[in-house]
Amino acid sequence: MDDQLYRQPVFRVFQIFLIIFTVLAGSIFAQDPAIGLTDSADVFVPAPPGAVKATDVVYDQGGAVDLEWELSPDDDGSLKVSGYYICRREVGGEDYRLVDSVMAGVRTFVDETVEQDHTYQYMVAVNGDCSTAPSEESNSITPDMEWLNFGLSNLFIIGLVICGSVIYFIAHAKRGKKFFIRKIAGLEAVDEAIGRATEMGRPILFVPGILDMDDVQTIAALTILGRVSRVVADYDTKINVPVSRSLVMTAARETIKSSYMAAGRPDAYSDDMAAYITDEQFGYVAAVDGMMVREKPATCFLLGAFFAESLILAETGNSIGAIQIAGTARPAQLPFFVAACDFTLIGEELFAASAYLSGEPKQMGSLKGQDVGKAIAMVFIVLGVITTTLAQAWDIGVFTWISDLLHDLFQVTS
Amino acid sequence: MDAIGLWIGAFLTLGIMSFLYKDNPWYKLSESIFVGVSAGYWFITLFWDSIYSKFYIGVSQEGDNYLYVGAILGLMMLMRLIPKVGWISRWPLAFIVGAISGFYLINYFSSNIMRQVANTVMPLFSTDYGQSLFSASVGTIIDNILVAGGTFAGLVYFFFSKEHKGAFGATAKVGIWVIMVTFGATFGYTVMSRMSLLIGRMDFIFGDWLGLIK
Repeated sequence: MDDQLYRQPVFRVFQIFLIIFTVLAGSIFAQDPAIGLTDSADVFVPAPPGAVKATDVVYDQGGAVDLEWELSPDDDGSLKVSGYYICRREVGGEDYRLVDSVMAGVRTFVDETVEQDHTYQYMVAVNGDCSTAPSEESNSITPDMEWLNFGLSNLFIIGLVICGSVIYFIAHAKRGKKFFIRKIAGLEAVDEAIGRATEMGRPILFVPGILDMDDVQTIAALTILGRVSRVVADYDTKINVPVSRSLVMTAARETIKSSYMAAGRPDAYSDDMAAYITDEQFGYVAAVDGMMVREKPATCFLLGAFFAESLILAETGNSIGAIQIAGTARPAQLPFFVAACDFTLIGEELFAASAYLSGEPKQMGSLKGQDVGKAIAMVFIVLGVITTTLAQAWDIGVFTWISDLLHDLFQVTS
Repeated sequence: MDAIGLWIGAFLTLGIMSFLYKDNPWYKLSESIFVGVSAGYWFITLFWDSIYSKFYIGVSQEGDNYLYVGAILGLMMLMRLIPKVGWISRWPLAFIVGAISGFYLINYFSSNIMRQVANTVMPLFSTDYGQSLFSASVGTIIDNILVAGGTFAGLVYFFFSKEHKGAFGATAKVGIWVIMVTFGATFGYTVMSRMSLLIGRMDFIFGDWLGLIK
């Protein structure tokens, strides 16, 4: 016959049946000494894997099961075993179905396709050259959801200390205690920059970044806008806040309106002060650049989250001779602001700015509380580096103990 | 049609680039088209992605009634169009700011505090825990000292409760130097990546449009 004929699907199916029949016949005959055909089977059947153990994945939402099994004795790297099939059935329900497969030598698997409160059993079948051998059934397992993730206890403790410090200092500030905050150069210049715009009779441009209200930098920028617009209202200067997100526009309008009301000048407020341009990044930049060169603002505030547009905006502002106060927490954009702006708020300074500018007890207390967090981090870094290094120099138990404790304390496992 | 699109694209690209010379009517036209078209594009995109695909399909076909919460918050936001009940629009805004702050608190805590400290607590003279002293190469030792010292000095710079004077001030100065050196490296790296944007536009002008680049 033609070789092509053997490659037809029907012959493939026949071949598979023949193999299965041979394996089955071999195993039947092996159990019956009267028939006596035991050693002549052509197909090698690997020994099945053993002790399949299923456990619920802890601190999850009940959607995963951990599987562990002993490798087949034939899985010794000699290529007699090509992998394992993971099969699962729901207790009291369906037959075993294939879930996934893993390579030879692998003895664990996480099944993330289970449903909470359903009970399952597993079977792991070793895959030989032309045969498979299933393990015994695993224990029954019912994945469950945990309400509390005790794996994050260390995070909770440190969070509690820092948040507790914030609350403590806010309470103290409310009682009238004065806190010292060091000078932040960029913020010292805010009033001066607004005053300059007033004297020159030119507007102020405030760009609150290009991200939405779900970014903490935008929120920080709008908090600073509150302070800036308050001074603007006092000085009767014009302010423009072009935004690239509708929600930011709404929040910016509310912020400016509140400031104008606080300054006793609600009549001077206009919704046009904060205007939506477009969500498109470079469309927004084109429009803001146009505003800069046409209206020639005396002062530009570039505060918030910025991306590739940072240098374009900062350079245009520079070219029109505006005083520029910029700030972002995005490390990739900060260099451009440092290079092209007069003052730059670097990362944390952006978040400290609102407290610094307003001097409100709540914000000052919050800033102090955050400083406690930084102090803790500094102490633990110094202590950790010293003890870890010393523990390696001299095998002294206490150094090792402190080193391990600190390492575990700050390790986030999940 | 493709040729018309190509010519319009080239016209607008050159219009935007003409800003390098100075503000001019060509730039103004290109800018207005860019802003208008992109605003319209985003409106349509958000409508089909959010209101239709997420809300309408989610509620009508997948029965996800939680989506009504978002829809109600969205409607509350529109209340600002009616001056008498405009104050209602502050509620969804407060909800968004509060929920987002709470949601990200854990993320920032774990990434900006916990992992940062955990990765800084390291043996200075060896590559990892459990290895003998001075097992690391000179380069690794310098790396370790720079990472641990730089992180500490950087933290000192961002500590606002103490005046930057004396030893504290000197450490803060080291911190700002570390930060500035990092910025310098980032500047060069980012500028190179920005070049790809320029190359892309040049490729469009000289390749797609003029056909000078094959």
